[in-house]
Amino acid sequence: MARIEAPDLPPDPTAAVQAAAAELPPELVAQTFGQYARAYVARVRSGQSGVLPVVAGLVAIMVVFEVISPNHVFLSAGNLVNLFQQSAVFMVLAMAETFALLLGEIDLSVGFVGACGGVIAVQLVQPATTSWPWWAAILAALAFCAAAGAIQGTIITRLGIPSFIVTLAGFLIFNGVMLILLLLGPFSGYPNLNIQDPNVQVLFNLMAGTIDPTVSWIAMAIMVLGLGAILWFGDQRRRRSGLVAPPVSLTVLKIALIAAAGIVVVAISDINRANFGTLAGVPWVVPIVLAVLGAWTVLLERSKYGRYVYAIGGNAEAARRAGINVALIRTVAFTLCSMTAGIGMILYASYIGGMSNNVQGGQLVLFAVAAAVIGGTSLFGGRGKVIHGVLGGLVIGGIYNGMYLQGLDVQRIFIVTGLVLLAAVSIDALSRRAATAGGGARV
Amino acid sequence: MAQVTPDSPPATEPLLKVRGLEKHFGAVQALYAVDLDLPAGYVTALCGDNGAGKSVLTKCVSGVYQPDHGQVFWEGHPVHIHSTRDASRLGIETVYQDLALCDNLDIVQNMFLGRELQRRRLLDEDEMERQSAKTLSNLRVTTVRSIRQPVASLSGGQRQSVAVAKAVMWNSKLVIMDEPTAALGVNQTRQVLDLVKRLRDRGLAVMVISHNLNDVFEVADRIAVLHLGRMVIEDKAAAFDRQSLVEYMTTGSLSRTARRGAPAETS
Repeated sequence: MARIEAPDLPPDPTAAVQAAAAELPPELVAQTFGQYARAYVARVRSGQSGVLPVVAGLVAIMVVFEVISPNHVFLSAGNLVNLFQQSAVFMVLAMAETFALLLGEIDLSVGFVGACGGVIAVQLVQPATTSWPWWAAILAALAFCAAAGAIQGTIITRLGIPSFIVTLAGFLIFNGVMLILLLLGPFSGYPNLNIQDPNVQVLFNLMAGTIDPTVSWIAMAIMVLGLGAILWFGDQRRRRSGLVAPPVSLTVLKIALIAAAGIVVVAISDINRANFGTLAGVPWVVPIVLAVLGAWTVLLERSKYGRYVYAIGGNAEAARRAGINVALIRTVAFTLCSMTAGIGMILYASYIGGMSNNVQGGQLVLFAVAAAVIGGTSLFGGRGKVIHGVLGGLVIGGIYNGMYLQGLDVQRIFIVTGLVLLAAVSIDALSRRAATAGGGARV
Repeated sequence: MAQVTPDSPPATEPLLKVRGLEKHFGAVQALYAVDLDLPAGYVTALCGDNGAGKSVLTKCVSGVYQPDHGQVFWEGHPVHIHSTRDASRLGIETVYQDLALCDNLDIVQNMFLGRELQRRRLLDEDEMERQSAKTLSNLRVTTVRSIRQPVASLSGGQRQSVAVAKAVMWNSKLVIMDEPTAALGVNQTRQVLDLVKRLRDRGLAVMVISHNLNDVFEVADRIAVLHLGRMVIEDKAAAFDRQSLVEYMTTGSLSRTARRGAPAETS
């Protein structure tokens, strides 16, 4: 039963008059797991399927490729870690693109803006030239990307030019800037991270360097306990004060799933995956991706700023009338988008072991958008989550990885990825149609 | 205050008083020396044909437009309303015809849009939900299934109710509603009109802009008629009947035949 008790509310003209009416219909709060499950099924039916399609897709990819991959190596520890590393760049770029997509915009420049950041980081740590400490190089790279995003965002919002055009220009401009940056220094366009220098090795190991198994387990336990505590006490508080809250069993299920995921990731990573010698432990890229995911999830779902991003994506005019500084919010979104792309492309540099003019900035952008959309973020603004980028990035990485294991060439990989993207946007479009058809019937 | 019968004239200073308001856009004069009273505890219907100046007058009061001449008095004091923020600060909230709701956000998120409560720099969802639920139940908006459902899934009447609740949650004293029933069916129109009456009974001043004479006569205590930018008549609703109101709206004056039909002309 939903009780509303709020002793210290601002003065309300009728607080005294209708204390008796302060009861909401009982079906407002699903009290048992069964009710919640039924409500969930109803929500999926009405078109709000959430992450269900992409999780189903991931499971399908795993099953199919495990069955057909030679010697069933797809789900081996070595390949799973490899798969995550391959997907990480897509994931982070997709999380970056989420800022633009939530506004109903697109940022085509993320690939090359991020690549500029990657080149800057790689160039600045070179002992032969500037020899900056790794953290300063990363900060400089991210500052450059943020500035690039801020400039593009300002042009988009102040001059009212569609983001597609402005970031298309940015795509070309920063492709050129990246090539110029590559030619700086004595590396003939190929600055390299594979150098025996502790400072450079930090960047080199962002992707592949591993965390000691004991430390991994402890860190994972702390993270699971922390998240679990936040979930548990948050839901508990809402239940106690009679707010809309999931049943206890669902909270427990969520915490159990998080714990299981943490244990599985660490356990898989701690299996020796080397053909010769020992290679075990969680690669650094895992906590990096999780940190980006966590930070942006809190920002978008728990902060005023994030609420305004969703509001603008849903109805910019309503947001403006509510007194929201729409131009500022949008500019900041493009800034954060580009900065996150910088993180993604620094990971890319770490994966490649340097930077070169081989960066496929255009293809990376399209995969980033595809990953976000496959994960469940809408192209039309206002709907989507940061985690959709991670899940969609896993899907794309999984397809790539699985088809490479099959020895399939890049042509076919493109075709399959395209079909998956088409399937994902079709699900999005169909679910939206179901949502409009389902809504508005009640009086 | 809610017990005052609508027929007795407002004893005290009206909540909002407009005197000699003029507004022109280039060569087009939209309002000529308009007077208007909006007393607390009364529903005032603003009527007029298309182009009569209803929207312009509304926007001058809600801070969207600045009048060229004239004075606005709020609780007896002259005020200058330069923006919708100024209007909100005084306690004037406008519910636009398009409602200005974000379909992708839920009811609570919409009601607090732009004025979110925070705790430790993060959104205080619990407190916002509590206050929204309280406001909705005070207004007896009880047909929504869950306060956490997205606005996209609401019916037209429910959406209107949420927009009104959003407007009154901030201790507003005057609620301006632009064509609140224009897009609604019979049942939903009833919901909204009942809501308007509840606002009045709570002692708020309500201004309803409407083309629908059924709604006007059902809900209005007072009627003001604009014709070609001039306020042609402002009186209690009982002073009008359908025929006279239509005639005021279309011609700006009353012919003798219609005058005979009007029952309460002597007031």
